[in-house]
Amino acid sequence: MRKEYLTVENIVGPLMLVQEVSGVSFAEIAEIILPDGGIRHGQVLEINEDKALVQVFEGTSGLTPGEVRVKFLGKGLQLGLSRDIVGRMFNGFGRVIDGGPPIIPEKYSDVNGVPINPEARDYPNEFIQTGISTIDVLNTLVRGQKLPIFSGSGLPHSRLAAQIARQAKVLKTGEQFAVVFAAMGITFEEAQFFMNEFEKTGALERAVLFINLANDPPIERIAVPRMALTAAEYLAYELGMHILVILTDMTNYCEALREISAARKEVPSRRGYPGYLYTDLSMIYERAGRIKGKSGSITQMPILTMPEDDKTHPIPDLTGYITEGQILLSRMLHNEGIYPPVDVLPSLSRLKDKGIGKGKTREDHAGVMNQLYAAYAKGKAAKEIAVVLGESALTPLDIMYVKFSEQFEKEFIGQGEGENRDIIASLTIGWKLLGMLPATELKRVKQEFIDEYYPSKQL
Amino acid sequence: MKNQGIIVKVSGPLVVAKGLAGTDMYELVRVGTLGLFGEVIEIRGERFSIQVYEETGGIGPGEPVVPTSAPLTVELGPGLVTSIFDGIQRPLDRLRVKFGDFVIRGAEAAPLDRTKKWHFIPLKKAGDKVVRGDIIGTIPETPIIEYRVMVPPGYEGTLREISEKEATLEEPVAMVNTSEGEKAITLLQKWPVRTPRPVKKRLIPCAPLVTGQRVLDTLFPIAKGGTACVPGPFGSGKTVVQHQLAKWADADLIVYVGCGERGNEMTDVLIEFPELIDPRSGRPLIERTILVANTSNMPVAAREASVFTGITMAEYYRDMGYSVALMADSTSRWAEAMREMSGRLEEMPGEEGYPAYLASRLASFYERAGRVICEGSDDREGSLSVIGAVSPPGGDLSEPVVQATLRVVKVFWGLDDKLAGQRHFPAINWLASYSLYQELVDRYCTEKIDQYWAKNRREAMAVLKREAELEELVRLVGMDALSIQDRLLLEAAKMIREDFLHQNAYDPVDTYTSFPKQFKLLQLILGFYHVSYQAITVGVELEDILKLPVRNEIPRAKFIPEGQIDKIEALRQRMKAAIDALKPSGENS
Repeated sequence: MRKEYLTVENIVGPLMLVQEVSGVSFAEIAEIILPDGGIRHGQVLEINEDKALVQVFEGTSGLTPGEVRVKFLGKGLQLGLSRDIVGRMFNGFGRVIDGGPPIIPEKYSDVNGVPINPEARDYPNEFIQTGISTIDVLNTLVRGQKLPIFSGSGLPHSRLAAQIARQAKVLKTGEQFAVVFAAMGITFEEAQFFMNEFEKTGALERAVLFINLANDPPIERIAVPRMALTAAEYLAYELGMHILVILTDMTNYCEALREISAARKEVPSRRGYPGYLYTDLSMIYERAGRIKGKSGSITQMPILTMPEDDKTHPIPDLTGYITEGQILLSRMLHNEGIYPPVDVLPSLSRLKDKGIGKGKTREDHAGVMNQLYAAYAKGKAAKEIAVVLGESALTPLDIMYVKFSEQFEKEFIGQGEGENRDIIASLTIGWKLLGMLPATELKRVKQEFIDEYYPSKQL
Repeated sequence: MKNQGIIVKVSGPLVVAKGLAGTDMYELVRVGTLGLFGEVIEIRGERFSIQVYEETGGIGPGEPVVPTSAPLTVELGPGLVTSIFDGIQRPLDRLRVKFGDFVIRGAEAAPLDRTKKWHFIPLKKAGDKVVRGDIIGTIPETPIIEYRVMVPPGYEGTLREISEKEATLEEPVAMVNTSEGEKAITLLQKWPVRTPRPVKKRLIPCAPLVTGQRVLDTLFPIAKGGTACVPGPFGSGKTVVQHQLAKWADADLIVYVGCGERGNEMTDVLIEFPELIDPRSGRPLIERTILVANTSNMPVAAREASVFTGITMAEYYRDMGYSVALMADSTSRWAEAMREMSGRLEEMPGEEGYPAYLASRLASFYERAGRVICEGSDDREGSLSVIGAVSPPGGDLSEPVVQATLRVVKVFWGLDDKLAGQRHFPAINWLASYSLYQELVDRYCTEKIDQYWAKNRREAMAVLKREAELEELVRLVGMDALSIQDRLLLEAAKMIREDFLHQNAYDPVDTYTSFPKQFKLLQLILGFYHVSYQAITVGVELEDILKLPVRNEIPRAKFIPEGQIDKIEALRQRMKAAIDALKPSGENS
């Protein structure tokens, strides 16, 4: 029988200070027993002699010092795992919430995970076809990559993520694939949207859901991505499945972290976020990857809404420094009615070069990608000049580029929500658009590919 | 025997212990029943603050802390090259064999393999007098790197015994009669990471570090023994620049420190380097590379130590007389690790929460670079170049880490988000970057490559600067307002940008360009500018020049392989002839 302490001294925001404890260790989990028998959970954030600072996942409202009893469980935060977690729904704390029977775990794993030895990592280079041209051709996703969607409030990031989850496939068959979905502080409607999407396509049976809604305890959000990734690691590295992890919305996660940091009176770095935000985020994002000799993989697609669409805000900024690229959504394209409104120029997939080319997609892929980027950038720059000085200020070549970029937005970026373009179809559209420019302008494509693919007639 | 302490407080990577009286600042201690490595970083009365190099979950007050009586040290010996270590020099390859795919807590393995036998070839003989730093023998460590066994401090004297043999790290290869009695020299040496290794004399750098990257070598060169920084927002290509340098820089040895960055990037290096061939030796690049990987999700305190671990190993090979280059990616993550520890120590913060000693720490790190006369009686020369990536939040160059770095480094390669957006790589902004080694490299290249080296570089820069001014003008009044000369200049600038500065790291030919080829390429583009300039002054239409088929060959010139650079000169002649042919008869030169 573990000791129960009645010695709660202070309660500040989500934190609670327990006095006169002994034998308590850092990061240990505590049960907080309310007078009415209700149980909440907490984790030791700091232990100083006989004082333990505990963060309460379900929040501290209704707790009274002297009335609550605290029991330290002698272990860190763990998740019970078994093959049966697939198809189930959990709360942020890893409890079943779909009304079904509880999971009988085969094993328990610490949710914080352990860093993968860089020596053991296998380089992600397997092309994932998402059926979305802007991703497949320009920002190729590969297995084991972490590629976030930087969005803003009101933009269709959820629709895009759902479309990717629905369409994503590797150009190989017969592999086990599952989605791990972690919702942090999103609305009921948004969560329901994903659920319906998964249900429609039969993906729900192959999904593990961790749900913390906007009205659920904010501090629980700290645990959600860790729970989800622990489940993902189990499925990927022990059961050999290919896992796509969708984490939404990371901004809510970071805010929960800031709340705790503020309650602890830590020295803040930018915008009040704690100085360890980078390290904390990396411990989530770095849990994507592949391991040599294991058949499974974890591909991560975190979604975050940029406050004021500002890419330099600490959350997108630090995320971008950790993840292997980013898909940026553009409010302007969205307002023009283009779906998916992927802002091509600042978007990037760092691992694209290893996943494309001969034997993976097609030999001309790299050249087409670079050329489309360069031409679109040029067209947009020329368009800006035209806005100031009028079209007459443009050379005939510039006008061609402007036309190209307009058409590019319509035909290449824009596609239907149900439209699943294979990579060849996407490349074909790319070549058709490049056909609007003289072949001599295509400096980023090798001559042999121009000879083979450049449309013979000007369109 | 020093006192054993007990833990009183645990807060993330910071542990406070009491009862450690007699333990030194920066001494290494073992924390808790798991014996985790930690380092004393603050002493306040009887409270000793310790930064712990591993996760501290599950550790609590009452557990023991045991001093080790030594500061954090690295092992130095044959076997470092081709290895990959974490921030406190644990060998990741052997950890994997022993503990599996994850770096678990408390995993321990000696940095260097104790069982492997090395072939020792003496250079000295019994009876020779030796002083500190003398090379007494060599070992073929890899086909590229000849490991040189140096006399450690305190081993000065007369060699009593030395012979060719197969020896493990701990077996003596020589016996020395010193003033303190007989001592055995083994292959294994140790050095505290926070103490720079001594040198006989420091020198001013005198030769460029050839990187094969055109924008760096031609416009903003770094010298052997110099320091450079590469700041840039995410996605601007810092890591690609660092990888390119690690691949192609003409240093004898590369130490690559992945400090708080992505795991997959280190994997990339690990997979690529054994396959890529060093253009100078014809051997795999890994045979001249030491890797230190403390990825972002590995413990933050070990990240703080990783750059020191890296630079100490680099200094050791410099002391053997090699030119060594160290890449640290990224120093911002290192600074953040310092900030995190500082915050937990509740120190008064400086700018943006960074500790007030940020600038002096950065300076003391970069100052370990340099061209030196090594210790030892042969006065051999070695150099250590340091290139640090900086990841400023939001790409804001006014932030403290960039500013503190710029005060100490001599070369600034500023990466530009906008260029990266246009897929102009390397996205080094030619208007903002600078190199204080320019004069030195100009002198060197004028002598060794071509007398017009410096002139061409200056002209290229002038064209690019003028382009920026003209672009402002075009934005205001349109292209039509420009004179034909100015429009030609814009064409020339575009060619410099796209056909010279733009370089594709993933193209097998374009990825590396030698100095002579860089010179020829620039000569070709400036040649086009000069010949066209003459032509338009005698009435040739600019459009006619631009329409010449030979002009389309210029962008492809950079893909001409190193062995055939005469073709660039031939192209220049053809281009000149074609433009001259447009001139009205009688004007042909």
